[in-house]
Amino acid sequence: MTMAATKKEPVVIEGAGALNTPLSGLLTWVDQRFPLMSLWKDHLAEYYAPKNFNFWYYFGLLAMLILVLQIVTGIFLVMHYKPSAAEAFASVEYIMRDVPGGWLIRYMHSTGASAFFVVIYLHMFRGLMYGSYRAPRELVWIFGMIIYLCLMAEAFFGYLLPWGQMSYWGAQVIINLFDALPIIGPDLSTWIRGDFVVGDATLNRFFAFHVIAIPLALLALVGAHIMALHEVGSNNPDGVEIKENKNAAGKPVDGIPFHPYYTVKDSLGVVVFAFLFCMVMFFAPEMGGYFLEYNNFIPADPLKTPPHIAPVWYFTPYYSILRAVTEDFMFWLALGVAAYATLIVFTSRGCLSKILAVLIAPVVIFLMKGVGFGMTFTLFRGTFLEITLPLEAKVWGVILMGLATLIFFLLPWLDKSPVKSIRYKGVLSRWALTIFVAVFLILGYYGTQPVTDLGTLISQIGTLLYFAFFLLMPWYTQMEQTRPVPSRVTM
Amino acid sequence: MAEQETDKGRRCMLVAASTVAGGIAVGVTAVPFVASMLPSERAKAAGAPVEADIGKLAPGERMTVEWRGKPVWIVRRTPEMLDSIKQSVDKVADPDSNKAMQPRYAANEFRSIKPEYLVLVGICTHLGCSPVDRFAAQAEAFAADWKGGFYCPCHGSLFDLAGRVFKNRPAPDNLIVPPHTFLSDTKILIGVDQGAEGAKGAA
Ligand code: HEM
Ligand code: FES
Repeated sequence: MTMAATKKEPVVIEGAGALNTPLSGLLTWVDQRFPLMSLWKDHLAEYYAPKNFNFWYYFGLLAMLILVLQIVTGIFLVMHYKPSAAEAFASVEYIMRDVPGGWLIRYMHSTGASAFFVVIYLHMFRGLMYGSYRAPRELVWIFGMIIYLCLMAEAFFGYLLPWGQMSYWGAQVIINLFDALPIIGPDLSTWIRGDFVVGDATLNRFFAFHVIAIPLALLALVGAHIMALHEVGSNNPDGVEIKENKNAAGKPVDGIPFHPYYTVKDSLGVVVFAFLFCMVMFFAPEMGGYFLEYNNFIPADPLKTPPHIAPVWYFTPYYSILRAVTEDFMFWLALGVAAYATLIVFTSRGCLSKILAVLIAPVVIFLMKGVGFGMTFTLFRGTFLEITLPLEAKVWGVILMGLATLIFFLLPWLDKSPVKSIRYKGVLSRWALTIFVAVFLILGYYGTQPVTDLGTLISQIGTLLYFAFFLLMPWYTQMEQTRPVPSRVTM
Repeated sequence: MAEQETDKGRRCMLVAASTVAGGIAVGVTAVPFVASMLPSERAKAAGAPVEADIGKLAPGERMTVEWRGKPVWIVRRTPEMLDSIKQSVDKVADPDSNKAMQPRYAANEFRSIKPEYLVLVGICTHLGCSPVDRFAAQAEAFAADWKGGFYCPCHGSLFDLAGRVFKNRPAPDNLIVPPHTFLSDTKILIGVDQGAEGAKGAA
């Protein structure tokens, strides 16, 4: 006698006609050995999603689609690409000119990279609008943020691979950011490069990260993101929890099964997206120098920086923040920190936050060179721990740039509004979000431009507003008058 | 066999001990992987001194040689250029070269061994771009009263004709003067200090 497989109900398929019996038999056989039907039900056929999803809910699926596209096109590019400083540039040109259809695969991959960020920024903006980061979806948001950081790393590593002028000098600048960190900085940047200058060693390891390490991490993280989402259920444009209103059968009255309702709706999104994607890929793959920068069609020259270097568009808001921190700006930054600490001391309810504000603010201000108390200290002189305080504007630029990306992690705890969705929040939140988006775009624009006095001034104001959006959120979300949230979703 | 009662204390102790041991093992195993990303022996060995022939360098011009994968500039400065250095004293952050961005023998007014010849590592002290020449004294987009120097295209740092950084610019330090030595009137050896052993040997 053979061992019995797990006892489960046979799988019944509807509408498969003549194929019904063999198909059902096969699925039953598999299902008794693998949780096929329960996965199908939990994530598609019986995953109840709110029925009022709108335009903004396409982008999660589109992000998944692009992830697959990047992996597939990437595999075929690697078949011809050579990760060595001597050969990389030529091998990319070889793909473009000599490999049959190589140009198409490369343009799919390069357009895909920018499309990925377009889609992800819209996906995140949806979260900001509808309060999708709020309890119980904090982990969905946090996994999302880790994905975002990985995606930035993936894009950065990938950008070095063609070994053009922008690849080279972009990597040079970004790796040197780490150099600015006190104590460990210089050793850390040498360790990242694997050499004292960006070179073959750097290219090889970036290749390893770009094609193996980060994609694996991304796949795992996307899995975790979806599992966390399906555990708590999707939010929706009204910010109403559909699970709080169930019918006799225990199904949310405002929910519809993901399959077939949203699989069909999402297919429309995929078609429209594919159409737009192909327009860009076939007619404007360089997108006027924003998707593929002109200087990157010149091979890397370690002796000569191109006359104007700027990162690819999706990094430019952060790049503007980096450039905004000049010596003059330090005073305003210190003033901002002092004002924020004062605000906490006078208006915060918690005692702990007041104590922290009083303790931390003076230390931070002291660490700012040029505004502190005019003293300098060198600690651990002559040891490898030697550090000179206060820190220069350059270091603060790097710190602010890092914080600008990381601060999104805190959103679930900064937003104290009684309602989730912007539809029912008050006028302050609406203005704050509008200004934030405008600031993000303006910073992005100036990050693509050469430095001018006006651009620097605007970036500095933008930097302060950028952080104000997050740091003042606990205040403006509580002060404002919200509107009543309906008990059922609205269509 | 009789049901034995679980010794919770013992179990806890074992779990803790194996976690610590496992943690240490993981930590130690990580060492070779992290170490493998350090510069290799070959990378460390690279970086021999390079010789530059300045015989054909005309006054007011710049030449570039590659040393340790980085651009090293040699500028032959005219008297007017040297004069502009004197005028920029109150605009630059470290006019007296107090910070150790140059060998001791170049920590002087013109940051050079011979005033005429400026030798610099052409890498911005901000984030490592290579600044470009703006030698002419004329109004520039980045400074209306420009007296000549270097402009870094990446984040707009300015340097005078001695490689001293202007105040209130992203770069914190003056451009680096590499160790160098004059082998003759027309030959400079980059990578070896003035008066060092190697300098004599190579000469
Ligand atoms: C590879 C990248 C990503 C993929 C494949 C992905 C995928 C998805 C999918 C399929 C959904 C459900 C459909 C939808 O709501 O659009 C979703 C929801 C969500 N994602 Fe992502 N995501 C990615 C990145 C991110 C990032 C970077 C964030 C934010 C930092 C984020 C935050 C969220 C949130 C908060 C939800 C729940 C939205 C709601 O229920 O209203 N995701 N994601
Ligand atoms: S690298 Fe020169 S100013 Fe930033």
